Amino acid sequence: MELIYEKSVPGRKGVKLPASDVPTAKPLDPALRRNKAAELPEISELDAVRHFTNLSRRNFSVDTNFYPLGSCTMKYNAKVLENAAALFAPFHPATAILPGGEAFCQGSLGMLHDLGSLLAEITGMDEVTTQPLAGAHGEMTGILLVAAYHAAKGNKAKKRYVVVPDSSHGTNPASAAIAGYEIITIPTAPYGDMDLELFKAAMNDEVAAVMMTCPNTLGLFNPHIKEIADIAHSFDALMYYDGANLNAIMGKVKPGDVGFDVIHVNLHKTFGTPHGGGGPGSGPVGVKKSLIPFLPTPRIVKEGNGRFSIETARELSIGRTANFFGNFGVMAKAYAYIIMLGKAGLIQVSEQAVLNANYIKERLKKYYDLPYDMTCMHECVFSASKQAENGVHAIDIAKFLIDKGYHPPTVYFPLIVKEAIMIEPTETESKATMDAFIEVMIEAAQQAETDPGSFAAMPLTMPVTRLDETKAAREQNVCCAG
Amino acid sequence: MSYFFSKEHEWVKVSGTTGTVGISEHAAHELGDVTFVELPQVGKVVKQFGGLAAIESVKAASDIYAPVSGKVIAINETLENTPEVVNESAEESGWICVIEMSDPSEVEQLMTKEAYDAYLKGL
Amino acid sequence: MSYCPNTENEQREMLATIGISSVEGLFDAIPAALRATSFDLPEGMSEFETYDRMKELVAANTADTVNFIGGGFYDHIIPAAVDHLSGRAEFYTAYTPYQPECSQGTLQALFEYQTSICRLTGLDVSNASLYDGATACAEAAMMALRVTGRNRLLLDACVSPFSRQVLKTYLYNLDVEIIEIDPCDGALDRAKLTALLDDTVAGVLVQNPNFFGRVEDFTAISEEVHAKGALLIASVYPLSLGMLNSPGEMGVDIAIGDGQSLGNPLSFGGPSFGFIAAKKKFIRNMPGRIVGETVDKNGQRGYVLTLQAREQHIKRHKATSNICSNQGLCALRGLIFLSLMGKTGLEEMATLNFDKAQYAKALLSSISGVKVLPGATFNEFTLLLPKAAPPVVANLLKKGIAAGLPAGDYYNGLENGLIVTVTEKRSKSEIDMLAQALQEVL
Repeated sequence: MELIYEKSVPGRKGVKLPASDVPTAKPLDPALRRNKAAELPEISELDAVRHFTNLSRRNFSVDTNFYPLGSCTMKYNAKVLENAAALFAPFHPATAILPGGEAFCQGSLGMLHDLGSLLAEITGMDEVTTQPLAGAHGEMTGILLVAAYHAAKGNKAKKRYVVVPDSSHGTNPASAAIAGYEIITIPTAPYGDMDLELFKAAMNDEVAAVMMTCPNTLGLFNPHIKEIADIAHSFDALMYYDGANLNAIMGKVKPGDVGFDVIHVNLHKTFGTPHGGGGPGSGPVGVKKSLIPFLPTPRIVKEGNGRFSIETARELSIGRTANFFGNFGVMAKAYAYIIMLGKAGLIQVSEQAVLNANYIKERLKKYYDLPYDMTCMHECVFSASKQAENGVHAIDIAKFLIDKGYHPPTVYFPLIVKEAIMIEPTETESKATMDAFIEVMIEAAQQAETDPGSFAAMPLTMPVTRLDETKAAREQNVCCAG
Repeated sequence: MSYFFSKEHEWVKVSGTTGTVGISEHAAHELGDVTFVELPQVGKVVKQFGGLAAIESVKAASDIYAPVSGKVIAINETLENTPEVVNESAEESGWICVIEMSDPSEVEQLMTKEAYDAYLKGL
Repeated sequence: MSYCPNTENEQREMLATIGISSVEGLFDAIPAALRATSFDLPEGMSEFETYDRMKELVAANTADTVNFIGGGFYDHIIPAAVDHLSGRAEFYTAYTPYQPECSQGTLQALFEYQTSICRLTGLDVSNASLYDGATACAEAAMMALRVTGRNRLLLDACVSPFSRQVLKTYLYNLDVEIIEIDPCDGALDRAKLTALLDDTVAGVLVQNPNFFGRVEDFTAISEEVHAKGALLIASVYPLSLGMLNSPGEMGVDIAIGDGQSLGNPLSFGGPSFGFIAAKKKFIRNMPGRIVGETVDKNGQRGYVLTLQAREQHIKRHKATSNICSNQGLCALRGLIFLSLMGKTGLEEMATLNFDKAQYAKALLSSISGVKVLPGATFNEFTLLLPKAAPPVVANLLKKGIAAGLPAGDYYNGLENGLIVTVTEKRSKSEIDMLAQALQEVL
């Protein structure tokens, strides 16, 4: 398809602006003005509408295709959430920081405060900041809170390490590194969880935090989590919970109850807000009491009279982590989602997500190698190692699925499983959808035996076939010339 | 002149007190199509098994460690624009740099070609 | 309501396949001692009741305030097509485009977005978006630290205090020295910069227009910064680039900013998007996703995520950034906005902002006792009132006018300063009303 820049016709316009009702001002000094207008497209509104509508049709999405992308929780995004969030579109965030401005924003501030309280109850934490803008941003905020905690105790120089299992999301070590820590990686044991003995051996006084995803990226709940937390705490290391997989345990386990001190929650995963092709997300961070003094500012406080106010001067705070109050629009959707589903609905979410994942696991394990064969939580991780013996790799199975109209599962993650195929159906998919998907997965396994050579050309039904990623990386053509 | 290999899959070809350094054919194959080599700066002083350079393919990034201690005295500038040479000829024209060795006896810590081949079989 | 479709019958069949009798059995792996003992949440409701509850919440906000506030977020027009096109479910409910063949829509749109940011900023390369303008400042600063291998940063204190605070939070636990240069008459103190600049400085961060609204030419500064081997980072207001000197033209190395003004609603502060553009030679040090053009097996043009070896999912703790989810949909809105505005529309819109703000500036500074900070401005300017600004702002707010941000909240010695923003959405009569009301309360 042509680029929008290639549809440009000099002199064509897409928008008519309001006429000016003030006199034309004396122009700025030429040294302050750009020499040449930015070469943006010159197109009509209809040109734009056709272009972007046709572009959109080159995407798979939850609304058009089953999208079992493991670790990403691609559940259905209820439409009413969009309408709810749109109600807040006209409100300027800076109104809240004007003298007397809080009174004008009680609805917005109240929503943020209440969302924090709901998330605190769901996760078993004492207070939640809604400022972080995505999961990884929440991780960084959380680890900075850990750093502030240790610094306040006079241990800034001593605490140098953050421990992560090798099955962790890449964001965990990356976030800890930005927050100034060195990383200790613990291998996974044959039982699918972080190797407990190696963990014990690695722990020492210089460890600032242990970052865990529970259930982990293999979809397994670590039964030793409390013991791990106790060991960490015995070295004054704090426990960090990566909430990417929270969809599995709502109402079943509260991370705060089992020894976690800090948690981030991905609202765009568990709490039903759309992913938008790569964001916006939202990554609120919950903490135990000992970390409340360090939470970011501005902090939203509920006064005794029920009014909401903004606290900006907090001596021990790590400071501001985002421009204003975080991705408010995303939070409004998540808030509406939580109050709509309520207690029973959220418990049902986790139960049905786990049921769906186990159903797929059970039905496919005859056909694909299942390196950790036990009850999984919200996702299951297969390996295409059997198929790989015939030269059909996880990526080939992914392309087969695309031709059948399915977005592929996550492949090649977690890194500790060779030829990983990580399937997360989510609770919003019906048995019928999953059965059809299972049949196609079985068909892929069979075709890998009977006609392994056929996979290389797939996908055949998309606007493009497999793309040359090496050429892209070597040439770095990231912007249309002109 | 003879090649010595490290467990991290680097090689050094020793000539007097200088050593030409690169990554093994096995490593280049494992990495896949190389898209970028981060060359060291000439003059950089390195310790044996310490960080020397870095190499990237589409799906992986690896550090390259110095098989011997010394000072970098030359780099293979052709890799800046044609990193694919590492795939085509990892142990000849895909060399990364030349190190003026500070302790030539360090090669004793490395493997001969035969020992390295046996090591690869055991992986 | 939980959007779980499976009937009890279907659930029973699935449980039978798994070989257990109840859903609860799936949670047996979790030791009893670890199970939640409470889950104190309200009961659920229908979508209709939910929407009503949200309407009640929003009714607790005051909606009809006339906005003369900015501070990084601006009340601009948004063509209707932006909502409709970005709201296409295929864009809206997709994930990060990991499988390029079935994600060409998102990938091509992001490539076009990167192109629009490059052309707007006059720089060579752009990524596929960051969280917001403030975190973009922090990412750019870390990029300068990586590129130069140095550990000192100079910050013009005329940069938004919010951005500076976020940058300091990000770098709080790293071994980096941050030096702020106090403003001189609402502009960069160039003499102080010269005195502080040496070959230990990694980067210098400026903003254009700055927090006071002042527009500057940083061409000479970029030469001075480069002479010391440091990088010049400029935070810019993208809409102003319909008129103002682009970062590229001024020799800036890394341009960043908040894309809210490009087709994203105020929405109480987010989501918007951050952008980052740089000279080509710095591409490997860029944070976040980058889309690149390539060809498929048949030689047909297509797009992929590229240079992923910089990123956290491959390089883990050595990644150029920890960012994973960015603000893709908001960046798409930015692209659609810029495409609809086009080359001339963006110029016209910038001119409209400039003209209205110039009118307001002349009118407000003609009020007895009111002065204005010197220098050229775009659509924001700083008044110096004859008395402290906060009570004046509070008074005007009661009359339904958000008159501006009190500068004294962020800068010592500027307790009488009021930073006023006038966008194309403010009519002459609203500006006249502000002038009248200000005169009354002074």
